[in-house]
Amino acid sequence: MNFNLTKEQEMVRKLMREFAENEVKPIAAEVDEEGRFPRETVEKMAKYSMMGIPFPKELGGAGGDTLSYIIAVEELSRICATTGVILSAHTSLAAHPIYQFGTEEQKEKYLKPLAEGKYIGAFGLTEPNAGTDAASQQTTAVLQGDYYILNGTKIFITNGGEADIYIIFAMTDKSKGTRGISAFIVEKNYPGFSIGKVENKMGIRGSSTAELIFEDCKVPKENLLGKEGKGFSIAMQTLDGGRIGIAAQALGIAQGALDECTKYMKERKQFGKPLAAFQGLQWMYADMATKVQAARLLVYSAALKKDENKPFSVDAAMAKLFAAETAMEVTTNAVQIHGGYGYIKDYPIERMMRDAKITEIYEGTSQVQKMVISANLLK
Amino acid sequence: MKIIVCIKQVPDTNEVKIDPKTGTLIREGVPSIINHDDKNALEEALKLKDKYEDVHITVLTMGPPQADVALREALAMGADRAILLSDRAFAGSDTWATAKTLAAAIKKIGEYDLIFCGRQAIDGDTAQVGPQLAENLDVPQITYVTYLQINGKEVKAHRALEDGYQVLITKMPCLLTAIKELNEPRYPSVRGIFEAYNGKQVEVWSSKDIEISLDETGLNSSPTNVRQTFTPSPKGQGMVLDGCGRDTVCELLFKLSEKHFI
Repeated sequence: MNFNLTKEQEMVRKLMREFAENEVKPIAAEVDEEGRFPRETVEKMAKYSMMGIPFPKELGGAGGDTLSYIIAVEELSRICATTGVILSAHTSLAAHPIYQFGTEEQKEKYLKPLAEGKYIGAFGLTEPNAGTDAASQQTTAVLQGDYYILNGTKIFITNGGEADIYIIFAMTDKSKGTRGISAFIVEKNYPGFSIGKVENKMGIRGSSTAELIFEDCKVPKENLLGKEGKGFSIAMQTLDGGRIGIAAQALGIAQGALDECTKYMKERKQFGKPLAAFQGLQWMYADMATKVQAARLLVYSAALKKDENKPFSVDAAMAKLFAAETAMEVTTNAVQIHGGYGYIKDYPIERMMRDAKITEIYEGTSQVQKMVISANLLK
Repeated sequence: MKIIVCIKQVPDTNEVKIDPKTGTLIREGVPSIINHDDKNALEEALKLKDKYEDVHITVLTMGPPQADVALREALAMGADRAILLSDRAFAGSDTWATAKTLAAAIKKIGEYDLIFCGRQAIDGDTAQVGPQLAENLDVPQITYVTYLQINGKEVKAHRALEDGYQVLITKMPCLLTAIKELNEPRYPSVRGIFEAYNGKQVEVWSSKDIEISLDETGLNSSPTNVRQTFTPSPKGQGMVLDGCGRDTVCELLFKLSEKHFI
């Protein structure tokens, strides 16, 4: 394994850092406070081909690799976790399954505008009764002539309502269980498709989390993604990749909180000396910095394995588990180091702590990651 | 339209820390960036490329091999060709020798319509290389450009002054130096970054590749001698004498003579 980033990856980091500091930071607090989707940021990201980093140029992408994309999510999340998850859900969960499982026509019609950032993408698997138990899908798809007719409800869908293209999972044959699930590409304007409740969340408040309602929604049969009955496998493989994105988001949040502490501990004086001079806080800070770096190595190593086309499910699960728990721990301690100032909205620390929690929950809870790791290693 | 943009890689002064003991800059570990004004120069060239057909942009820099990354960034922003003048013989050049060397490289590049430079570099702050380069190439120059308009072969520019601006018109080929008020530089695109490293080249030219005499380039051929670099010592506390009468004036005269000023 090579721990040195390539020159391209270094330059992508520099670009994303500048972009995050100049374009994202000024609106991060407002986007959080108002729960407003930062569409202007998405448009800027599209302009600089940040919405399709790991896809080939011919398919509208930047011609980059997974690690560069991961670095982009990390750097955005260091400043604003909302922006990080918008990019992660769009790239990993919507564009990537079309890239991996789509037909040439589907790639041309849907992946290209997604990778160019003309469309925003979303992924609809979760249902009221199918959370961690994703196989218990109740949404149905029945083939009638040239269309599949979809009925059911999805909840907690990231980018829901803001996205143009949705990857939707539905039962095409209930008798076959997980082998009866199929995946579909659904456009936002298809008749019978509507957006329900938009959630009011604890964190990542600028990212939209919505309910998707399908009432006799007509989806052209050529929009079946992969083969009928392969939906569950597509969902699981897509989530494997998505987890590296969320792990990168968690890593970015943790690094952002650590950076705030680095600054604050040097500036803030108590008892006549800076916080950085107190050993109790030095030890706390050292543990935080060490865990952030350990998380980074896990996240990058999972991304590298994916780029090398090696199996990466366990790596992605470990990266997400560790990075998410690190983000929660580091942001909690960062609030502690900031004291009262950490608890008020004048500083970004309390937002980071609220944002961190979701990384332990979505795209597989920490407990699910442990199931994935053990199930693979104890086979 | 053929445009040459001269850029310089400089240490990011925002990241520079000062050694509290010696008062000098700590250069180790400081990231290198494209000089700010030079980015404005490049942006203006890129804007012309966005606006007109057949615009070709060559970026040129003189520096150590590490300056490659600055040129790659310029390519990622949209430049077409990149040339790095790198040779031990060029090392230590002052502005006079740098301008001579750049002029020799530009003569080798051949035809051009516009040369853009940044006003000055944040490390040296001389603002001399652009004007010297124009003199060496014997082309008209407009410095401190805040606004630019192209009409065929005619160049109209606003040149910033302390209390206003001049409107100057000249003909191509000419040299312009940009300041930050000219524009807002774009970011490189992610796609541009991957293209800059895969497919595009940075040409490296040594003293043998251009027509330059060794008494026109490098440290020994530079007329500028840097005797010492230092931080000026802080001025002492001032003194205020209250009052307005004869006594105060006497006291002032006494203090001045005490310090041998009068």
